[in-house]
Amino acid sequence: MSDTFFSGAPHWAWLIILYFFVGGIAGGACLLAAVVDWFGGPEDRPVVRTGYNVAAWGAILSGALLTIDLGRPLRFWHMLFQSANVPALMFKGWSPISFGAWALLLFGLFAVLSALGGMAEEGRLHNPALRAVGGAVRGGLAKVVGGVAGLLGVFIAGYTGILLSVTNRPIWADSPWLGALFVASGASTGAAALILLAPGRGATEQSLARLSAFDTKALVVELLVLVLFVASLGSVNRVWIGFWGLVLLVGVVGLGIVAPLRLHLQRRPLASAAKLVLLGGFLLRVATILASEGIERYRVAAGM
Amino acid sequence: MPEPMGFFTDTTVCIGCKACEVACKEWNQLPAENGGIRELSGDSYDNTRRLDGIHWRHVRFIEQFKGPYDGRWLMMSDVCKHCVQAGCLEVCPTGAIIRTEFDTVVIQSDVCNGCRACIAACPFGVIDINPVSGTAQKCTLCYDRLKVGLEPACSKACPTDSIQFGSIVELRTRAQKRVDQLKSQGVKAELYGADPKGSLGGLNSFYLLVDEPEVYGLPRNPQLPSRNLAKSAGFSVASAAVLGVLALVGLRKRRMDDMGGPGAGGSN
Repeated sequence: MSDTFFSGAPHWAWLIILYFFVGGIAGGACLLAAVVDWFGGPEDRPVVRTGYNVAAWGAILSGALLTIDLGRPLRFWHMLFQSANVPALMFKGWSPISFGAWALLLFGLFAVLSALGGMAEEGRLHNPALRAVGGAVRGGLAKVVGGVAGLLGVFIAGYTGILLSVTNRPIWADSPWLGALFVASGASTGAAALILLAPGRGATEQSLARLSAFDTKALVVELLVLVLFVASLGSVNRVWIGFWGLVLLVGVVGLGIVAPLRLHLQRRPLASAAKLVLLGGFLLRVATILASEGIERYRVAAGM
Repeated sequence: MPEPMGFFTDTTVCIGCKACEVACKEWNQLPAENGGIRELSGDSYDNTRRLDGIHWRHVRFIEQFKGPYDGRWLMMSDVCKHCVQAGCLEVCPTGAIIRTEFDTVVIQSDVCNGCRACIAACPFGVIDINPVSGTAQKCTLCYDRLKVGLEPACSKACPTDSIQFGSIVELRTRAQKRVDQLKSQGVKAELYGADPKGSLGGLNSFYLLVDEPEVYGLPRNPQLPSRNLAKSAGFSVASAAVLGVLALVGLRKRRMDDMGGPGAGGSN
């Protein structure tokens, strides 16, 4: 039996699942927006602006979810500053939850700046202060700010998986592939979110087709990493015999990866495939987190 | 500077009286579970079942019965191991978890914000949230008592000296003598966590066991959570690099389009 079965469950449930899902989408969408911002054409601007907007709202929602989930939400700032020694910073480079807190803060900052730049481009900013910030970003810094946001976005999508691996819990600490899996899922769900939302900002058919083609490749990478993840679990895989195994197989692999891949190959409507990808990304977090959360130490020790 | 202090728990003399559990609850003013309404486990005489935010001591009952007249009780008073290399301290993002001058590990309740990373990091399942404070809590090895020269409440209350408190160096010598004594009597006895070169640099709360560690709910080879950091980060970076290249190749505006040259309209 893996030694991880003797640890205690941290009660990371729906708020954390939602954060991992939203953070993945925001990070993935931001990466794609930054790539298109740097290397795309003028007709791709709606995709860029949508991506930065998804990133900004996702980062804000992520911060709110994480704060509400704390046992003492008003002490959220203890992760950023030494509470007894303000303004000394609180940072542990070897603790994913510590550098994740800083990364989310910075990601939020750069994503919001990029989103304001995008909104200034569309002439949608009416508040003078916001218009000034958006205008400043747009006036030359846009690509640099967007690029930094994109890099931080990949980090946000992936560090949540590393955070799970850097524990002593069953499944999470039994495989080094969760971070890579969440990066791939962040990319696929980020692209799916853009496919669904970018048409509202006037994205062209050609832009959407490129996103769809990228999503197909991201799904293939995700499937490959998922296979490596399951293979690396070895004897721990017995935890999948049950409801969460069914969710992983049918929900994540079947509905979330294979079905949208088939739709992409058959060139069926983009939106249906994108919705399935989002469902699969959500169920991936649900299955990996709740399958481990359900394992209680004292029951394992008692052979129950 | 005081020398490292800790517990040596000799499970062979534990009688399961739970005086340690009561003394711990009383001294540390820990609340009753479920508002004091008794809940029985239903399948064991052990009704505490686990260590958590309001049970910092737990007398584990291991009921090894093959038949009505063929079996034995094993009893072990479980507690935080105050690891020399502590996983909880390693991951804590607020700095709430500290190492004291006694080489023990303490959670400062006024700093903790209840993120629960330490719960998942502890290989022994020692820590949990105290619902009253909303923060992660566990045994402090009675830091407040140690500061004024008193021994921890649990070892003070233990009527059989199953829980012994003292300097780690002295406790290790005493524990080895007890193991030798038991072995000379034909009892299979081993120390768990006493080796400073072993897992986690040794445990400042170590045990004498007469069965395999797993039987007592203890991992055979407890490790730090950071063992996975480099590998997990490496694979994540590789995954990000592959997807980044795919995005770059797939999403850039194709130059051939602009140039109107051969292969225009190519890959998509």
